[in-house]
Amino acid sequence: MEILCLGLSHRTAPIELRERFAISEGHLGELSSQLAAHPDLGESVVVSTCNRVEFYVATPSPSRGFDALHAILSERGMAPEGDAFFRRLTEDGVRHLFRVVSGLDSMVLGETEILGQVKKAYQSAQGSRSTSRLLNKLFQRAFNVAKEVRTRTNITRGSVSVGSAAVELAERIFGKLSACHVMILGAGEMSELTAGALQARGVKSIFVANRSHERAVSLAERMGGKAVRFEEWTREFSEVDILIGSTAAPHHVLTRKQLEPVMAVRRQRPLFCIDLAVPRDIDPEVNALDGVYLYDIDSLQAIANQSLEVRRGELVRCEALIEKHVGEFTDWLRAEAIRLSQEAPVYARPSEDAPVHGV
Amino acid sequence: MDRAALAISTFCFLAGFALSVQALRARVHGRSPAILWATLAGFISQTVWLYERGQAAGRCPLTSLFDVLVFLCWSVALLYLLAGATYRLSLLGIFTSPLVFILQCVALVLPLPPLTRAVGPVNSWLELHAAVSVVAYGAFALAGIAGVTLLVQERQLKTRKLHSFFYHFPSIHDLAAANRRLVYIGFSLLSVGLFAGFSQGVAHIGLLRVVSVGVWLLYAFLCAALGSKRISPHRAAWLASGAFTVLLVTVWAVQLVSKV
Repeated sequence: MEILCLGLSHRTAPIELRERFAISEGHLGELSSQLAAHPDLGESVVVSTCNRVEFYVATPSPSRGFDALHAILSERGMAPEGDAFFRRLTEDGVRHLFRVVSGLDSMVLGETEILGQVKKAYQSAQGSRSTSRLLNKLFQRAFNVAKEVRTRTNITRGSVSVGSAAVELAERIFGKLSACHVMILGAGEMSELTAGALQARGVKSIFVANRSHERAVSLAERMGGKAVRFEEWTREFSEVDILIGSTAAPHHVLTRKQLEPVMAVRRQRPLFCIDLAVPRDIDPEVNALDGVYLYDIDSLQAIANQSLEVRRGELVRCEALIEKHVGEFTDWLRAEAIRLSQEAPVYARPSEDAPVHGV
Repeated sequence: MDRAALAISTFCFLAGFALSVQALRARVHGRSPAILWATLAGFISQTVWLYERGQAAGRCPLTSLFDVLVFLCWSVALLYLLAGATYRLSLLGIFTSPLVFILQCVALVLPLPPLTRAVGPVNSWLELHAAVSVVAYGAFALAGIAGVTLLVQERQLKTRKLHSFFYHFPSIHDLAAANRRLVYIGFSLLSVGLFAGFSQGVAHIGLLRVVSVGVWLLYAFLCAALGSKRISPHRAAWLASGAFTVLLVTVWAVQLVSKV
């Protein structure tokens, strides 16, 4: 038996093409089932995310398998033609899957969302009884490889966006963010994104102050926070742990002179200032105050770039780990082929009593 | 009495040190159970050695700077093992092996002082005084490490130059809490130790008494400052690490003076 992988991804196809081939989550099982039912295909798993659409099938004959795949997809108006589609056979296909689930083939190197997406795709295929011994073994192994790559290397380490870098720094200062109060000065897109990332980590409350109070109210409603009149933001300030500055003011909104008395009232609680505005909202001098940590857009971007470099530096270690598992899996595959040829020449198709493995 | 068990213990902490450095270089620290096993093995060897020395002395083996250093290392290792997974799994925890290794190396370099076996019944209050005081010093040592770690972490945050190990340190908040907690624990133990000693009217060790009271006052001041929340975690970290340095120098100086 051979493993075939046919697909397209963000590396080979623009979004216009990817969205044409995208398959909704509800249809993954049905398509997997249709593929697995073809006489030239044994088992199948269909993976579809915003960045890739991939078909993994087991087949006794690669050429007939590709033809069968082509025919079924063409029937559905998804003819896999052109340079955008790649084909991977057995060892290359295994390697490709291991790289995909480990986040090495992702748009953001090392991202972990893909693992969950592939798990869901596999569960859909399992649910429609489109997998059997070969693909069960392959996908279970892939999930283990992804876990090993994540825990034994730094491929997921650090933050690769400004928002996530800010969140990570906040966690390095405050530990858990559940007791933190956030204030947004200026209802811009970047500040909303950053506050959203902080909110996702469970911050206690969010205050929004903007020159246009309506916009402050609107953003506060979206974030489940409290709008504050811009002229009154300093009143709430002594309670705030994280300040996000993103106004269009041409001068500093917060100066060292203003902050010094506030820090005394705060009883030495640290203050994390995130200045996303250009020109800057917060006087750089405040960073010299005890317990105040100031990061502007450039310094956050530098951290994100640094993390990306670290991840790139980990690629060699990840590939080595993956290669070890590819070798082990293909050895198993060969042994299995010999065993099957000795036991029964005909490939056992997925049946009603095939074991269903948990993910 | 030979130092075989102590040498084995030092070797275990050296192994822990090497594993820590290796983990740092591989950037996979926090996930190395080998460091925990090396520390545990070192702690068991220390305990065996201290037990044998205690048996030979007929009392708690705290009769010289050598003994104090070994007992201090034992209490640091004990606190490390009792501190829980969060502390051990953080980068802060891996400093324990190097610290104990260095202190024990200093102890091994010192000549092994002859033991004078206790004559007559042992005063358990005095034994308690000595043992609890040294465990308190262990807590102060760890508070000092937490303080130094906080200062390193804070410097990286302030200068915006984040090394890869930055992400493995506990947060500023957790380090400040660990620093505070260890100072409080150490101060409570030291108070118990001093009470146990003074309640027996120890009159013959005048200089040591002055130093003990001085150390107690130093940490009492630190506890009061921490309790009032009038000093920042940054200053508290400086004070905790500075106080422990003063403590070490003082213990060494007392030993030196008492020999003269």
